[in-house]
Amino acid sequence: MLKIDNLQAEVGGKPIIKGLSLEVPSGEVHAIMGPNGAGKSTLSYVLTGRQGYEVTGGSASLNGEDLLSLDPAERAAKGVFLSFQYPLEIPGVPALTFIRTALNAQRKARGEGEISAPDFLKRARSVAGSLKIDFDMLKRALNVGFSGGEKKRMEIFQMAMLEPSLLILDETDSGLDIDALKIVSEGVNALRSPDRSMLVITHYQRLLDHIRPDRVHVLAGGRIVESGGPELALELERVGYDKYAVPA
Amino acid sequence: MSLLSAIRTGDVTELPSRRDEDWRWSDLRGLVRTMPGLSSGFDGEIPAGRFAGLVDEDHVLVNGGELTLTIGAGQSRTLGLRLISRGEGRHSTRVSINLEAGAQLALLETQDSDGASLVQNTLTIEMAVGAKLERVLLVDDHAMAINVGQTTVSLAPGADYGQSVLTSGARRQRLETHVSHPGGEAQLRLDGAYLLAGKAHSDQTTVVTHTGLDGATRQLTKGVARDQARAVFQGRIVVTEGADRTDARMAHHALLLSDQAELDSKPELEIYADDVACAHGNTVGAMDEDALFYACQRGIPESLARAMLAEAFIGEVLDRIVHEGAREAALAWASERLSVAS
Repeated sequence: MLKIDNLQAEVGGKPIIKGLSLEVPSGEVHAIMGPNGAGKSTLSYVLTGRQGYEVTGGSASLNGEDLLSLDPAERAAKGVFLSFQYPLEIPGVPALTFIRTALNAQRKARGEGEISAPDFLKRARSVAGSLKIDFDMLKRALNVGFSGGEKKRMEIFQMAMLEPSLLILDETDSGLDIDALKIVSEGVNALRSPDRSMLVITHYQRLLDHIRPDRVHVLAGGRIVESGGPELALELERVGYDKYAVPA
Repeated sequence: MSLLSAIRTGDVTELPSRRDEDWRWSDLRGLVRTMPGLSSGFDGEIPAGRFAGLVDEDHVLVNGGELTLTIGAGQSRTLGLRLISRGEGRHSTRVSINLEAGAQLALLETQDSDGASLVQNTLTIEMAVGAKLERVLLVDDHAMAINVGQTTVSLAPGADYGQSVLTSGARRQRLETHVSHPGGEAQLRLDGAYLLAGKAHSDQTTVVTHTGLDGATRQLTKGVARDQARAVFQGRIVVTEGADRTDARMAHHALLLSDQAELDSKPELEIYADDVACAHGNTVGAMDEDALFYACQRGIPESLARAMLAEAFIGEVLDRIVHEGAREAALAWASERLSVAS
């Protein structure tokens, strides 16, 4: 369970998150919607510990463990995974090498042994197959020269390999055509599990047709201003975000 | 003035100084106050080198010496060359390698030192028609050592020379390569990689002179400097009159991993011929912080992520080593250097 209580954070001295509280129980998928500049991406970076995003108050914990005092890699080892809106290219590091390094680093941080090379490859082959990823692509440098859709599929592939307990999807639908959106959504849905929380950050309701949320929250002006069931997303699609506009 | 004459005479005023434009970033005169004594002989044990097991035969020079190697026409060899400095004296080595027509050689060379020695290594390579040589040089110098290497390569038409110079620097280190390129079907690949930490200095200086029609040169140097390290890259390509249709590409890319690391770079093209394609690219940058965060978010601790990204950066140069065993040894060297430094 992800528990965020009265979180406040700033970027470059400017407050962006202003007292945000949210709980995502294990097994549930919550969507966060909101207008541009509401603080959606900032929330994902604050939860993952990116440099330059300074927490000035409040708390955030995953399964009872404080996240905010940990560095990004330690948070990942605790099960936090962010699917980036714009996944980075890692020149010179084959995708498989990168993911195996990440997996073993996480296992080491948790006091577990390394995964053997044959076991890793077997799992990678099976996951790649289910996401329709050409296995040869995994031997190429991660995301270098990949299309937008391929990069997002690689994010889902990494998720499936690393088995996080908190999944944050930041604008996962951006840059995807309808076929890629379907594949990615199926990949995410396959990861739904009773011991996993998911936070789906999105502008548009479109993604939520494919990844059905249990709850929908509206983030505006750095706070959750409304929460509801899946029908809230449909209403937002109809009326827009104007009623949440924060006076400048 | 040269280091060689200073080593011979023991006179510090003979050392190259910053007054010489080519030495301005690798000044020796201002660094060395008194010349060390001549190195003595060494009869202690020499441990196995980094290319152990890969060569037909090892040639070892400890604290100076001379050596001439000839590879007969049509022969193919893999030879080890180890230039070893023990102690804190001054000395020089002189090695000549001749490849007769169609001869092939993989030269796996190491240079190492264990103290504040002052060394010049001179290597002369003559390649006849159709000869082929790949030289992989791995330099592991002591932090207080001063090492100057001068390599002169003369290619005949149809010869093929490939070189990869890999180093972690020294107190002052200058690794020079001069190539005389006759054009025609001769091939030249000149690569370098440096991984510098602490107060290490390393200068890779190359001069390629194209003198005939249709010559091609491919040059790639990449390096990483952290702490207060200083890297120098000077690459000069000269295309003389009549060396038309020369195609030469030179690239140098550096990563500076601290505010105090320094890079001095001088790519030069001197072209006196027509219809030539010459290009140089020269970049310097810091580590991509976004890529670093991405790796950390996946659970890779920052120090490991930095080493991984730096290794990948250098990897482009190491991957060009043709000799498989040497390439693996080079990758192991880079990995070791980066994990020590991180």
